[in-house]
Amino acid sequence: MSALAAPPPAPPSAPLRDAVESSGSWRITDRIGLAICWFLGLLFCAIAASIVIFMLIEGIKYVRPSLLVTHPAAGFGESDSGGFLDTLIGTVVVALIGVAIALPLGVATAVWLSEYGRPYALARVAEPAIEMIAGTPSIVLALFGSLIFSSPALGFLSRTSGGVVFGRSFFAAGAMLSLIALPLIVGSTREGLQSIPAHVREASYAVGKTKAATIRRILLPTARPQVLTGTMLGVGRIIGDTSIIVILLGATLTLNGVGGVPLLSVLRGTGSTLTSYVYQNSPSGEGNQPTKAYAAAFVLLLIVLVLNGAVEVVTRRARRRTGWSS
Amino acid sequence: MEFVTPPRVRRLSLDDEATVVLDDVAIDPAREEPGSGFVSAPRRKVAQASGAIDRMAVEQLTIAYSGRPAVRSVSLPIRQGEVLALIGPSGCGKTTLLRSLNRLTELNRATSTQGRVTLDGVDIARLEPTSLRRRVTMVFQQPNPFPMSVFDNVAYVLREQGKRRPKRKVVQRAVYDALGRAGLLDEVRGNLDHPALRLSGGQQQRLCIARALAAQPEVLLLDEPCSALDPRSTEVIEELIVKLREEVAIVIVTHNLQQAYRIADHVAFMYLGDLVEYGSGSSLFRAPREQRTKDYVSGAFG
Ligand SMILES: Nc1ncnc2c1ncn2[C@@H]1O[C@H](COP(=O)(O)OP(=O)(O)OP(=O)(O)O)[C@@H](O)[C@H]1O
Ligand SMILES: [Mg+2]
Repeated sequence: MSALAAPPPAPPSAPLRDAVESSGSWRITDRIGLAICWFLGLLFCAIAASIVIFMLIEGIKYVRPSLLVTHPAAGFGESDSGGFLDTLIGTVVVALIGVAIALPLGVATAVWLSEYGRPYALARVAEPAIEMIAGTPSIVLALFGSLIFSSPALGFLSRTSGGVVFGRSFFAAGAMLSLIALPLIVGSTREGLQSIPAHVREASYAVGKTKAATIRRILLPTARPQVLTGTMLGVGRIIGDTSIIVILLGATLTLNGVGGVPLLSVLRGTGSTLTSYVYQNSPSGEGNQPTKAYAAAFVLLLIVLVLNGAVEVVTRRARRRTGWSS
Repeated sequence: MEFVTPPRVRRLSLDDEATVVLDDVAIDPAREEPGSGFVSAPRRKVAQASGAIDRMAVEQLTIAYSGRPAVRSVSLPIRQGEVLALIGPSGCGKTTLLRSLNRLTELNRATSTQGRVTLDGVDIARLEPTSLRRRVTMVFQQPNPFPMSVFDNVAYVLREQGKRRPKRKVVQRAVYDALGRAGLLDEVRGNLDHPALRLSGGQQQRLCIARALAAQPEVLLLDEPCSALDPRSTEVIEELIVKLREEVAIVIVTHNLQQAYRIADHVAFMYLGDLVEYGSGSSLFRAPREQRTKDYVSGAFG
């Protein structure tokens, strides 16, 4: 007993060693590897920083608060082409529609795949199908969407003139954009659900809870940070998309409502978003007002940066919270 | 660094002829105080529980994972008023047997079951799984509180599923009662709203016991509940178990034979899926009838 209780005497003069050894003692190949890591790391930091700094400087020069609250107008000069209020609203509206469709659908799909996985064959097919949607270029989704939403059966979602369905509206664009966000939400939610140890589910069953109660009260609340992360990544993709907007939203300068019902008319009508506005005012677009393009791009970049920051905060908070033993 | 006295290692060979190989280890005679064999160690309970009532009966139960039996025709009574300990080497089917008692084994599609288990004379296969699991609750080896507050962890059990959730006031008494019965109330009274995952391991495990008790179970299953805990927390939980056995039938799986001896009224020794010996704690440890039991219990105590 006494022999075990006494700690072994420390060697007389053991020098203190840092936890991290100096790379000076490494082999030459390891040192070259380390140098490459440094180079790549700094390179990416430099690229990201130069994008942000360049856009900030260019944007700050041209962005004025009044731009955010005035409607765009057709004009040739910088002074008479107005602001981009409508496109800002357009961005928010497509993001809302996209999330309203993708979030419930994505979470339900993730729960099905992760918690039920049956019918087995269908689940096995659904997974690559979702991957395929994720991999489809959005211009292809846009073309596909224009095909669907021009069909007479869906005419009520957009403008119809003389029996021809226009097929372009916030509904159409939002629905197709939700497909961009969907795989991200499914993936992230699934990851969140699968990181919950099996014995936590069993602990819920072991006190007589049903699977539905377990999913609703334990699993989904636990996976909420991942659901949020996926949603915000999805929103980032939605508001950054241009091709679906140009093809399915019409990319009209202002919000052009259809019909008399207040909100519904906007949703059935056409409009544009910050991305399509930037595109049209870039030197290759019809508007060709680069200063406006810079200002709008600046606002877009700010929104995306805020979203990324929010994702970071949510994931960090979630990481601190977990603590199961396996 | 080297141990002056290396820890004792016991190997149990896994062929059918169970033989115990005791490593030749120099045991310092000075460390063995006279009469400190574990059979003379203090037992927690004062006397044999009086008036034990049969609650569950395991009858010729066989459970197989994808055709490979993990438990082979085991028959056992489970009584209220006493603690039943399941002991045996790793992989002998203790957890499988325990989980079959509230049909948790069914969650794994690869399992197949033969024989039957009854609760108060009714075959549990005929009971609704959720209502069975409220009557026969389980505590797991790893403390696994839900990622919510201490209060909500217990309240979750009380809130009926699907229907409107009762307000905090309604369940408060029952939550306090369960926490009190698990001996945790005094430690968490001030921070019932703190996240349960911030509690210490021992507190988390007692919270899991409180959770299992909140359902007002008739049988409580514990799968190595102390394996991750320090001696002090273990002692608290052992005392708790012995106290609880009057109201609840208790089945505990443990690798700690001293623990089984301290708290169990009856002990079941399993080996490779078979129930080798079932008997009262003192008879099984002091006078095992089977050679395999003798090897197992004597090996552990030297
Ligand atoms: N989910 C499973 N699928 C397939 N086989 C399993 C499963 N769980 C357990 N087994 C097998 O069943 C046998 C008994 O396992 P069990 O977990 O009941 O042992 P145990 O006595 O609890 O062991 P331990 O003391 O290590 O916890 C083992 O041979 C194991 O390989
Ligand atoms: Mg086990």
